[in-house]
Amino acid sequence: MGKAILYDATLCIGCKACEQACSEQNHLPYNETIAAEEATSEHKFTSVLTRGENYLRRMCMHCEDPTCASVCPVGALRKTELGPVTYEESRCIGCRYCMVACPFSAPKYEWGKVLPGVRKCTMCAQRVAAGQATACAEACPTGATKFGDRDELIAEARQRLAQNPTQYVNHIFGLSEVGGTSVLMISGVPFERFGMRSNYVQEPLPLLTYRVLSRIPDLVTLGSVLLGGVWWITHRRAEVAAAEGNATKPGEKEPETEKNP
Amino acid sequence: MTVKLPRFTFWRGVFVFVVLAGIYASYVRFTQGLGAATNLSDQFPWGIWVGFDVLCGVMLAAGGFTLMAAVHIFNVERFKPIGRATLLTAFLGYVLVVVALMFDLGRPYRIWHPLVMWNPRSVMFEVAWCVMLYTTVLSLEFAPVVFERLRLERPMRILRAISIPLVIAGVILSTLHQSSLGSLYLIVPQKLHPFWYSPLLPVFFFISAIAVGLAMTIFESSLSAKHFRRQLELPLLQELGRILMVVLGVYLVLRVQDLYHRGALRMVLEPGYETYLFMLEMALGLVLPLGLLLNRRMRESQGGLYLAAVLVVLGFITNRLNVSITGMEAAAGVHYIPKWTEIAITASIIAIGFFIFALAARYLAIFPEERPQAELRMPAELSHVAAD
Repeated sequence: MGKAILYDATLCIGCKACEQACSEQNHLPYNETIAAEEATSEHKFTSVLTRGENYLRRMCMHCEDPTCASVCPVGALRKTELGPVTYEESRCIGCRYCMVACPFSAPKYEWGKVLPGVRKCTMCAQRVAAGQATACAEACPTGATKFGDRDELIAEARQRLAQNPTQYVNHIFGLSEVGGTSVLMISGVPFERFGMRSNYVQEPLPLLTYRVLSRIPDLVTLGSVLLGGVWWITHRRAEVAAAEGNATKPGEKEPETEKNP
Repeated sequence: MTVKLPRFTFWRGVFVFVVLAGIYASYVRFTQGLGAATNLSDQFPWGIWVGFDVLCGVMLAAGGFTLMAAVHIFNVERFKPIGRATLLTAFLGYVLVVVALMFDLGRPYRIWHPLVMWNPRSVMFEVAWCVMLYTTVLSLEFAPVVFERLRLERPMRILRAISIPLVIAGVILSTLHQSSLGSLYLIVPQKLHPFWYSPLLPVFFFISAIAVGLAMTIFESSLSAKHFRRQLELPLLQELGRILMVVLGVYLVLRVQDLYHRGALRMVLEPGYETYLFMLEMALGLVLPLGLLLNRRMRESQGGLYLAAVLVVLGFITNRLNVSITGMEAAAGVHYIPKWTEIAITASIIAIGFFIFALAARYLAIFPEERPQAELRMPAELSHVAAD
């Protein structure tokens, strides 16, 4: 059963306890300056954005069919069965295609390091594997961030939206965006107010490249036969000429069949 | 015995300056990291090392497979005289792309990882394998030129036996690789500007690679005329010009159809940064060269062909930079301008490419008239094997 995080922005009070718990869990520095940064980065895997009295938490969305995992040439990024999208530093070559491709621009880079790696929220994969909730969900004092089974959380989000239709924007973010994500968000104000795109593609992005890549084996076999055939036909005339003992035109070299002069 | 220093000329001065700047920039890159050496950021992770060095580098090397296919598969022997020069350019091009990658990768010493850690769903995985295999094919295709000079007869026979499968593998790998650089961007439908995002990106990259391959062949022939006093005969250049015209025509029609069907054509009327650079790309790469080539007098003159070729090359360099940089800026929310260190490294890689080409042209039999000196001549039978 896939696990997920449900973030209800209407319950969030902007205390940033999730940020602090996340930093401790991932052994990252945390202080007032970092708390004030309104963006995720190599040293901040989750960030609570503030717009007036409204808040929105940002982090890796842990897509059901993650774009980053599909584009990584060495399989350093992976979707685990439980839900978290994890990163294996020892495989990474540093091509940064994951950063270019991620629809949420979640992966961040250690630009200051000589030997850098990608950093992002891993949904506390180890804790989740051990049956625990993520550090952020455990730290949240209001229940705005809740950890659980994805199906149950979707049902719960639907229920909250149905019970208080005036309080919520009628949209569960992550239900179908890029084919669905393991982080689900509901909010009282439109997500666009926090700089989020309003028109996410509804199908998993890896399909876009897979449609092309899956044709390669056919293309290679077809191309080899076609080119080999063209070669055979175009060189046939010269072979016939050679067999009949005709001299070739000066300057025109005889290809593979030529005998020693 | 006195050592004679090379005569100092303006271009040698430029070369030394560029290479020294490149050496310092490399020092910064490998001791302080990508952050210190580039203007790249989390918002804009790919700059000119990918956009120019890799995308344009591979595109400019396309003459190699285009000509190998024409000469060896379609048996158009007329083009044989320029075969070696384009093959050398292609080989150097790919080697330099790999060098550029060593700068751009965060962990260059792990460049071999895709060999053992597979992810066939990744376009980058395909790109990695294509670069590796095609560089190998190119070095085998070019090897006879070196073996010929060193009079190595046995390896020459082996290469001769596999020459046609090798050419076919080269053409297929190039087709895959040229198009897959376009496929890289299929995954960013919401980040790449509609002028450049298209499901046909791989097709566009492939067709334009052929156009640039032809243009580079014309361009190189003219360059070699200037520096080595050797070049193609005009009728051959004219034939390349005619094929170039057709390829550009096909590309233009396909591109406009695609823009129209995706509803992006009317955006041409909206003034803006992207529009101007789109116009520049279309003018340089398609409208101006097609205008030149459609004119019979220009199409048949050395100068007209040379100008058209230069325009095509510049136009499609603009296209690759538009796809990788211009078109990605709006979604990233930042303007990217390369840092001087990025430019210095790119410029030195180009300079070293020119330098090696000049060396090879001097010491190997690259151009038709210049067969090796008498004492180095191969037996007649073997010299045919050389991939001319």
